[in-house]
Amino acid sequence: MHRSTPRAPLTNGAPPETRALLKERAPLSPRALLTRRAPLSTRSGALHPGAWWLWALGLATAASRTTNPLLLALLIAVAGYVVAVRRTDAPWARSYGAFLKLGLLVLAIRLVFAFFLGSPIPGTHVLADLPEVPLPDWAKGVRIGGRVTAEGMLFALYDGLKLATLLICVGAANALANPARLLKSLPGALYEAGVAVVVAMTFAPNLVADVRRLRAARRLRGRADRGLRGLLQVGLPVLEGALERSVALAAAMDARGYGRTAHVPPAVRHTTTALTLGGLLGVCAGTYGLLAAEGAGFGLPVLLAGLVLALGGLWLGGKRAARTRYRPDRWGARAWLVSASGAAVAAFMINAAGNYPAALHPPAIPLNPPPFPLWPAAATLLGLLPAFVAPAPPAPPTGTAPSPGTAPFPGGAGSAARRGAADVRQKSGAVRQEPGEEPAPRPGASRSAHGEASRHTPWKKRKPSPWRHTPLHRAQQDRGEPHDQEPTQ
Amino acid sequence: MITFDSVTVTYEDSAHPVLHAVEAAIPEGELCLLIGPSGAGKSTLLGTVSGLVPHFTGGTLHGRVTVAGRDTRTHKPRELADVVGTVGQDPLAHFVTDTVEDELAYGMESLGLPPGTMRRRVEEALDLLGLNELRDRPIATLSGGQQQRVAIGSVLTPHPKVLVLDEPTSALDPPAAEEVLAVVQRLVHDLGTTVLMAEHRLERVVQYADKVLLLPSPGAPAQLGDPAELLAVSPVQPPVVELGRLAGWSPLPLSVRDARRKAQPLRERLATHTPAPTGTLHPTTDTGASTDAAGTTGVPGAPRTGVPAAPLAETRRLSLVRDRITALHEVTLTLNPGETIALMGRNGAGKSTLLNTLVGMHRPTSGQVTVGGSPPHRTRPAELLRHVGLVPQEPRDLLYADTVARECESADADTGAEPGTCRTLVSQLLPDIPDTTHPRDLSEGQRLALALAIILTARPPLLLLDEPTRGLDYAAKARLVTLLRELAADGHAIVLATHDVELAAEIAHRVIILAQGEPVADGPTAEVITSSPAYAPQTAKILAPQQWLTVSQVKAAL
Repeated sequence: MHRSTPRAPLTNGAPPETRALLKERAPLSPRALLTRRAPLSTRSGALHPGAWWLWALGLATAASRTTNPLLLALLIAVAGYVVAVRRTDAPWARSYGAFLKLGLLVLAIRLVFAFFLGSPIPGTHVLADLPEVPLPDWAKGVRIGGRVTAEGMLFALYDGLKLATLLICVGAANALANPARLLKSLPGALYEAGVAVVVAMTFAPNLVADVRRLRAARRLRGRADRGLRGLLQVGLPVLEGALERSVALAAAMDARGYGRTAHVPPAVRHTTTALTLGGLLGVCAGTYGLLAAEGAGFGLPVLLAGLVLALGGLWLGGKRAARTRYRPDRWGARAWLVSASGAAVAAFMINAAGNYPAALHPPAIPLNPPPFPLWPAAATLLGLLPAFVAPAPPAPPTGTAPSPGTAPFPGGAGSAARRGAADVRQKSGAVRQEPGEEPAPRPGASRSAHGEASRHTPWKKRKPSPWRHTPLHRAQQDRGEPHDQEPTQ
Repeated sequence: MITFDSVTVTYEDSAHPVLHAVEAAIPEGELCLLIGPSGAGKSTLLGTVSGLVPHFTGGTLHGRVTVAGRDTRTHKPRELADVVGTVGQDPLAHFVTDTVEDELAYGMESLGLPPGTMRRRVEEALDLLGLNELRDRPIATLSGGQQQRVAIGSVLTPHPKVLVLDEPTSALDPPAAEEVLAVVQRLVHDLGTTVLMAEHRLERVVQYADKVLLLPSPGAPAQLGDPAELLAVSPVQPPVVELGRLAGWSPLPLSVRDARRKAQPLRERLATHTPAPTGTLHPTTDTGASTDAAGTTGVPGAPRTGVPAAPLAETRRLSLVRDRITALHEVTLTLNPGETIALMGRNGAGKSTLLNTLVGMHRPTSGQVTVGGSPPHRTRPAELLRHVGLVPQEPRDLLYADTVARECESADADTGAEPGTCRTLVSQLLPDIPDTTHPRDLSEGQRLALALAIILTARPPLLLLDEPTRGLDYAAKARLVTLLRELAADGHAIVLATHDVELAAEIAHRVIILAQGEPVADGPTAEVITSSPAYAPQTAKILAPQQWLTVSQVKAAL
């Protein structure tokens, strides 16, 4: 839990209800007023990741219905605000920045293409007149170079912005919902596929870290650690390392019971197969019926029946897995509200697309500033609801001092370690005898760095450890081994 | 609880069995320590208990292994998952999920335990292992000791009867290692778990063992018995046992406390002697080479304060902030020729960062660093290699080629050395390595030697080693010690980042302890490490208040 340290002892061990109470009683600062409505996110109270996805898909649907840059910018702002106030500092939450950059890249590419490859939009405001490359007859629809008009570029901008908004909405879902937890909500029969995806997702960052480490290591052999060549040369070692790691992981998973199956009577097994196969066939036939001109009558019922059969097969197939689930995410009232807000934005925008076609799709010709349709804009603001109802992320660690939340100098790494170092530190004034330097006059006074150290490290803020009373500890005390400090938490 | 019934394991591509006719029965509730030199088949033996050998690794197993009455021939590893919990050497390779709490629950989910039970056991495990503060943390952000505890916790929650641990403390700093061992011992005492554990760092674990299973060499018959008896004949021994044998104590003491009780006469005998400075002594196993080393050093041991030699590297108020974390804080250091420095401190204290900064991998946020007269991060790698060489924690990061010979050729080419320089060095360090061996097929110690030879091809006056003894047995460590002494005698400055207090006591002139990126202690080895219970070597604890650090010092004095 990433909590600022002073608060931690107060609330950490308490059950969520008590924690909420403690929170309610805390004096109200302006910030507290803002965050007061929604509880801090805990494992039990966390929002279902599916709700975040529904919300984000709602926004994305809305974005797909308009090219008005003002509405699109508003959608981006709404998604961005919710991400800013509700994302945690977990690794997956950092992907939002990457999605923003991807959106900008898409926009840039769209504009560059429109500039050099021309645009079907006729226009009168000529920005530049590029020489046109003559192309043979069979490439009639393609143009390279030629006149670049302001109208064409504006159209490309609107279009690119729409795509970018879609991407940013997906990025928002990615940053807010833990992908591993989403996969945990899959039905039992799909569980193994889900694990494969989760493993793959942890694998990619490892691979990137390996590439970085090995490229840096090239420097140690006197080779350039930058450039494409370096990247290519570490390719093989990285792949070898990845392979070794996956074999080790497979061994560990096997030893931990991955793939254990419950005994299922043959009759059930055959039924599962029949249901799944029949269901899939039904889905195929139904879809064909819907798409083909003459089968519209039977298409829908067959499709639905196929879906029901396939779901039944999945459910029965889940019986084979002996697995249970640890603390699955629950779909609570807040999840309903969050997903409903996304759906509402989508519904209003679809409705508006019918009612105000001109405002939602501002024409590029003539060259005018886009209108700002009031009602659709107001509806878009509904998407802000999660910023108030979704559980808030725990307070991020403050200050530059390493805290348990982020540090490689972890709080739990053993107070024995601290104590050991503390002993050394206390004595270090006496010990520090650098060549050619007089010993410090007084232990601990030798350097201001000592003061720094004690400020960064809460040497004295140790909670009494639960270990203190264990039989083990007593045994060790009895044996009185001098180096055996008390075992720590 | 675990019985080995004439177990012989042969891997497919080898002519000789790794394990030959192992007979042993480990009773319930014992902490059994598996010891033996590298390559004696320790990991293989551990693998047979969980069924991974041969079901997962391949090879042929003759004989029978039963765990809690289940035969591993007929039970696959996943069917043994509820009775055996296995933690391998690298805890990171063990994790399936991404947060601590999910990881603790993963094994139970696979076994299909009811949700209520799972919830209760996860809470118990969080308390037992002291992980409650970390329960929601992504595993990737934890320190080494925390990861090891999560790994142990994750196999503990299904309540296995047997726990199999392969080198659980090798990568950990001394306090974190004690933390993990305390947990293991608590499991044995309170829950009656049977533990089978392999570990190279005997000085850390031997006192906790109820039984020792000794594999003296590859293919030799295994011996199971009382720790004191078996350690007397074992090829690998912790310092406390070495000292006991030297002093002729019987029965051999295994813990520092037992040894201290018997040490009074020895202390009296030693009272008239002064310990020779560290870094110049003959190692216990070897040899003529180090005699030369001691002879040529000139000023034995002590940092050459009197000789006005230019420092090889200097840092002035060096600070480094990465991802908003202060990795180094105002570090001021001078590294002189001929000096061996041990850099110690807990995992994540900034040891590796400091070494990496000295080779220019990180640009300092503030302060100065100069190596060979110029800032390393602005020096071309080829030029820098003439001044400083670093052997990283994972030596295989340095190895790209598919044979030893090609690796050597490219090292010569990289450094502009005479063709054959590197190969000559390799032959000195590893006399019997054929040219065609793939670097990945080498053992840990051989790989380290190869990486060291590659770095030494450029003859850098400053040599940095990051955690060089991880995974080395005592014999390989002794060879490394000899080699480093020779290099120091030639005027190389050596900096070791290490958790191994015995190694530091053996070769370092000076010890620097880092905490949160700042040096908190810096001084002669004897003074710094004896002042801290966590970092004192066993010999020093036994003979305190006299300042003897290593068995070889005592041996030389007697």
